[in-house]
Amino acid sequence: MAKQESVSGLVGLLEADGEALADEWVALVAGALGGRISRAELVRELRELYSALLEAIRSGADDAHAEGMSEVRALLTELSRSRARQGFTPSETAVSVLALKRVLEPGLREGAAEKTQAYLQLSRVLDDLALFTIETYTHTREDIISAQADQLMELSTPVVKLWDGVIAVPLVGTLDSARTQVVMEKLLQALVDTGSEQAIIDITGVAAVDTQVAQHLLKTIVAARLMGAECTVSGIRPQIAQTIVALGIEFGDIVTKATLADALQLALMKSGVELVAQQGLQR
Amino acid sequence: MSERVPVLRIGDILLVSIQVDLEDQTVMNLQEDLAEQIVSRSARGVVIDITAVEIVDSFVGRMLATIASISRLLDAETVVVGMRPAVAITLVELGLSLGGVRTALDLEKGLALLRRSVSRTDRR
Amino acid sequence: MTTPPPWAAEGGQQTHAIAKNDDVVRARQLARTLAQESKLSLVDQTKFITAASELARNTMVYGGGGELRAGLVRRNGRLGVAAVFDDTGPGIADVDLAMTDGWTSGLGLGLGLSGARRLVDEFLLDTEPGRGTTVTIIKWAR
Repeated sequence: MAKQESVSGLVGLLEADGEALADEWVALVAGALGGRISRAELVRELRELYSALLEAIRSGADDAHAEGMSEVRALLTELSRSRARQGFTPSETAVSVLALKRVLEPGLREGAAEKTQAYLQLSRVLDDLALFTIETYTHTREDIISAQADQLMELSTPVVKLWDGVIAVPLVGTLDSARTQVVMEKLLQALVDTGSEQAIIDITGVAAVDTQVAQHLLKTIVAARLMGAECTVSGIRPQIAQTIVALGIEFGDIVTKATLADALQLALMKSGVELVAQQGLQR
Repeated sequence: MSERVPVLRIGDILLVSIQVDLEDQTVMNLQEDLAEQIVSRSARGVVIDITAVEIVDSFVGRMLATIASISRLLDAETVVVGMRPAVAITLVELGLSLGGVRTALDLEKGLALLRRSVSRTDRR
Repeated sequence: MTTPPPWAAEGGQQTHAIAKNDDVVRARQLARTLAQESKLSLVDQTKFITAASELARNTMVYGGGGELRAGLVRRNGRLGVAAVFDDTGPGIADVDLAMTDGWTSGLGLGLGLSGARRLVDEFLLDTEPGRGTTVTIIKWAR
């Protein structure tokens, strides 16, 4: 009984001045988005949303998470995702829902008690739906960020061949555990693919190492040995050397060199290549 | 009856190529066969090719280390060749570094390594 | 009782007896098939199969034989692979000691339990002297 009444109250609120209300809603949202979405698209989005919301409330759904609201949630999911992809802020996303509250406000001034009651009830539903858009927005952003991280990982970890039998991996930026693991697997596979017995891990461009990253480096070097290859670590900067010692990480008998050039020279020597400067050209 | 892994001979080097997923008993048999044949065929080196092996657990890992130690006592050098990256990473994580075992990327490099070290000991 | 792994509906779980020496090989093969189905990376597949191999041998050697249940698992939309090794052997009296690297009650290297734990994402040991030992391992696809 009470539910039936409240539903009709809500429907009445939304239907009262349907067309004008929708226009006002579109205008308000368009203002907030500063013309970065075409008016036609906005009209289409909000009209769909409006009729879905009306439909849901008619069917008796008075809660943002109710079964009957699934169509509304689907539309909002789509809206939030496209806002997130187009670089709108969370506020600019939620405003599409919240603006409807403001549009309905003027009707309250001459309103009766039941009308206020209905408004408050609708307002709760809209608040929840606005939170829903923000959540969807955040998930989408997280997906985008993790996809970018994957792409970055692919881009930023080249294994290069320096000489016949010598490969190197120049590490740049911040190393986290996951990225170090990927690089190291790539390095070991490259040993097999190129038949290289010497590998150089150059960490000149690395800002910092933590225990986990250092452990991954060490494990890789041991794994390379098991496969029959030798690794040299080059370009350890003073701060990083200090961290390694402070963390108590044992580098054991792992060969380290100050620069990539020194490491290459060592690797060449170990693979039996001799470098001789031509006479006359010698400085 | 468990099967036996064939041991081939090239000059004074014994060659074992593991092609199938080994039962523990087969692993033990291989260890015995190798010890015996190093002596009976006066081998100076042993190459164990594990290119085709997808899994090396602590049991097989221990066998590799034991063969290396036994062969050293019998004046022969053991080289394990062709360990896959995933296998190497797993062994390290497992806590096995196969301390006394020499390794090479492939059969060719393993044989070259043996020839170098055998000729070095002969000169001594 | 430890909680069972979140078995995924698809495929269900398979049960294998671990009683003879070649059952260790069979346990490895089952682990390999499932690890491939669960879309683990090659390195993670190898880690899971190796852990299964260690635990199957433990079940055989220390547990006096037992049973392996394995299948795909799903949690929060993530796919993974799980294996449960069950025996009714003597159980483990000192779990902390048994999990220590290098400690062994038998002829092994003492890397079975502690090593297997490092190779998987989830490791559950349920044991009681006289009742037996149950080890559950799970590896999730990244």
